Amino acid sequence: MIELKGISKKFGDTQAVNQVSFKVAEKETLVLLGTSGCGKTTTLKMINRLIEPDAGRVMINGEAITNQDPDMLRKGIGYVMQNIGLFPHYTIAENIALVPKLLKWDKEKIKNRTQELIQKLHLPESTLTMIPHELSGGQQQRVGLARALVTDPSVLLMDEPFGALDNVTRASIQKEFKALEELKRKTIVMVTHDVQEAFELADRICLMDKGEVVQIGTPKELLYQPVNDFAKKFLASQRLALEFKVVNIQDIWSYLPKEILKDGGSKSADLSIWEAMELLRNNDRSELLVTGNNKESKLINFEQLTKGFNQFQNGQVHE
Amino acid sequence: MNEQQQTLWQFMAGQSDKLLSQTLQHVGLTFISLLFAIAIGLPLGILIARKRKLSGTVLGIAGVLQTVPSIALLGFMIPVLGIGAKPAIVALLIYALLPIIRNTYTGIIGIDLHVKEAARAMGMSKSQILLKVELPLAMPVILAGIRTATVINVGVATLASFIAAGGLGEFIFGGISLNNTNMILAGAIPAALLAIILDALLSLIQKMNFKKLRKALYVFPVVILVLGAFYALPTAYGSTLTAGFTPEFMGRQDGDLGLKSTYGLKIHTIVISDAVMYKAAFAKELDVISGYSTDGRLKAFDLKILDDDKHIFPPYYAAPIVREEALKKFPELEKTLDLLAGKITDSIMTDLNYKTDYLHQQPERVAKDFLISNGLYKVAKNGHNGTVRIGSKIFGEQYILAEIYSMLIKGNTDYDVATKTGLGGTKICFDALTNDQIDFYPEYTGTGLLVLLQPDPKIAKEMGHDKEKTYAYVSREFEKNFKIKWLKPIGFNNAYALMMRKKQSKELNVNSISDLKNYLDKN
Ligand SMILES: Nc1ncnc2c1ncn2[C@@H]1O[C@H](COP(=O)(O)OP(=O)(O)OP(=O)(O)O)[C@@H](O)[C@H]1O
Ligand SMILES: [Mg+2]
Repeated sequence: MIELKGISKKFGDTQAVNQVSFKVAEKETLVLLGTSGCGKTTTLKMINRLIEPDAGRVMINGEAITNQDPDMLRKGIGYVMQNIGLFPHYTIAENIALVPKLLKWDKEKIKNRTQELIQKLHLPESTLTMIPHELSGGQQQRVGLARALVTDPSVLLMDEPFGALDNVTRASIQKEFKALEELKRKTIVMVTHDVQEAFELADRICLMDKGEVVQIGTPKELLYQPVNDFAKKFLASQRLALEFKVVNIQDIWSYLPKEILKDGGSKSADLSIWEAMELLRNNDRSELLVTGNNKESKLINFEQLTKGFNQFQNGQVHE
Repeated sequence: MNEQQQTLWQFMAGQSDKLLSQTLQHVGLTFISLLFAIAIGLPLGILIARKRKLSGTVLGIAGVLQTVPSIALLGFMIPVLGIGAKPAIVALLIYALLPIIRNTYTGIIGIDLHVKEAARAMGMSKSQILLKVELPLAMPVILAGIRTATVINVGVATLASFIAAGGLGEFIFGGISLNNTNMILAGAIPAALLAIILDALLSLIQKMNFKKLRKALYVFPVVILVLGAFYALPTAYGSTLTAGFTPEFMGRQDGDLGLKSTYGLKIHTIVISDAVMYKAAFAKELDVISGYSTDGRLKAFDLKILDDDKHIFPPYYAAPIVREEALKKFPELEKTLDLLAGKITDSIMTDLNYKTDYLHQQPERVAKDFLISNGLYKVAKNGHNGTVRIGSKIFGEQYILAEIYSMLIKGNTDYDVATKTGLGGTKICFDALTNDQIDFYPEYTGTGLLVLLQPDPKIAKEMGHDKEKTYAYVSREFEKNFKIKWLKPIGFNNAYALMMRKKQSKELNVNSISDLKNYLDKN
């Protein structure tokens, strides 16, 4: 568990971070979201003491981080840098093995763990003996991730881990990333300025502006209960796509057709509208069987789905 | 002096022992000082990369040190560190320092900040970051600095021979003073090759990629140490006394070669420049030195000349040599110059030299005092009946003689005088005379014989060490070949001589070179 209490940091005259507080629960992923220069990176670096705050306290698992030796603290926290920051004079294998070596792991263990990670991250075996220069941007970013994950730290800090990628590559890496079993066990703070990415990966989002927290909440809360104009405007341009991702079949259950068929064995109603649409579009089928919380099932087509979603939307606005 | 006809190759083959030991010394000097320069420069570079505020001061000081001329730097070292290896290594170290500090500094501050931050974020300690990230990444730049320093050191190390630290400079500067091209080249070519080879090797290391570089870096310090150790090899002491000889003396038949062949003298010998030799003898760093019998420093440093009982040093009686045309043009000249004939003995000349060299009196004043005390001084007549041009070589004794002659001419004749002092060495002075640039200058019989006439060694030997025979021979030959006349000798004999501290000579009861040999054989 990570807890920030009233953290502030000033660089010269710039108040980079001002009175930021939040809690990240065990195994939760919190995404720091905001425009460029709003203090995301600075906030993140204060969690592993790369930057010391002017005021406020940071606790990890109930202990103030200032009580720990900074080098030891950092060895226990995975960190993915905004600029990747691989060591250009080391091979990929050596880059990944760096922290385990500092922790004096034996060679066999390092080797096994490295193998495991490059498989999980879909890095070709041949890259291990290459140097960072010889890899593509996406591969480098995966190495950066492997380096942060290698000791299986319980806390992971990631600063725009997919920032340097084109949209297509980014989407696929995000998917791989989300599917990684390891990550589900970790307490993660991730920085991004990409709203889509935040909604894709976050349990909760911390929206920041000019060094301050604007709103903290689940993606759905941010969408439907924005605290102010800034929060509303921040999501406005991509609102529809976000809503498709946030709203699931269960949410619009009551707006879907009445027919109830008894034979179960279908998709869960946790499916987001976006995912349901993709299934209907890709699989050349006109209808989809979904089962709700009350074990009832409904058969829906694309038209019914959009109609139900629209009615749900209207209901939200009128609330 | 048939060395001139030898090919360079013959010379190098004949001197291969010396050449090898000088080259080893040279390499050794270069690398020992490089090692120290790295040991000092690398940490300093790291320090100022950490504390940037210091960088201006440290780089400034290192920069200023580098601009001190090398000879001057070596000179400053002697009072503090004496002669030999120590001051040479320190001087070389000082020259090597700037490129190493500067490149370490720029190499480290030039590293991508993200990479440094990544290292911190991984939990590496400061020393781990330095050793595993900063130094390896800065290494190509640091190596470039070491490369520059190495090449500088190879060059400056030639000057080490001035202060008895050996190296290829012994040949180079010996060759220059002996006017022996082969000897110069035998030192200069290996020195140049050394610089080129080391530069190329280091550039290879510098261009290696990181993986290979890491391996090379383990080997590198070992290589430097081994090469540095070369320097220690040839300095095994062979005798209880130490001699310091000038590079010129080392290469002359009437010098070290004669001492070996005629006397069978075996003494541990180091090569040193004339400028510091006497001081080193006085400071008991040297026991026996080669010098000139009328040098003022003989008196200043309380030294005694050892008797040349087997006569290997030919006589060097000084006399003015004059173009015959000038004697015709200035009829009064010969008579006037002869006023000085036989007037200056060895001890008088030593005393005069002592006054200029050691008491730093002006040559004019010394000349005037001398003339007055001998009743030869006359007030200048300020005549305008033509101008006599006097030349002199570039050392104190010749300046004094030129001044004396100038005053004699001005006081006794109606001629005006122009002095052209400081005409380099023998060759330059003599060329000026034969080319009608000057009318006369003081020359020495030995020089006239061995340097200017260079007769068959047999004739030279036959001349032996007989003052009269030599004088007669050079007079005749100069007249015949150059139309130049040797006037009457001034009196003193400025020959080569071996000398010791008076006190030591008394203690050891060594008064002649044979005594010295016997003493060395017994001890
Ligand atoms: N080391 C520093 N020195 C001075 N100012 C800094 C420093 N680091 C950050 N800042 C300033 O603090 C503010 C916040 O920077 P920060 O890097 O935290 O922004 P960010 O939200 O991560 O932006 P981006 O999305 O562009 O990475 C910016 O105005 C920045 O200029
Ligand atoms: Mg940032």
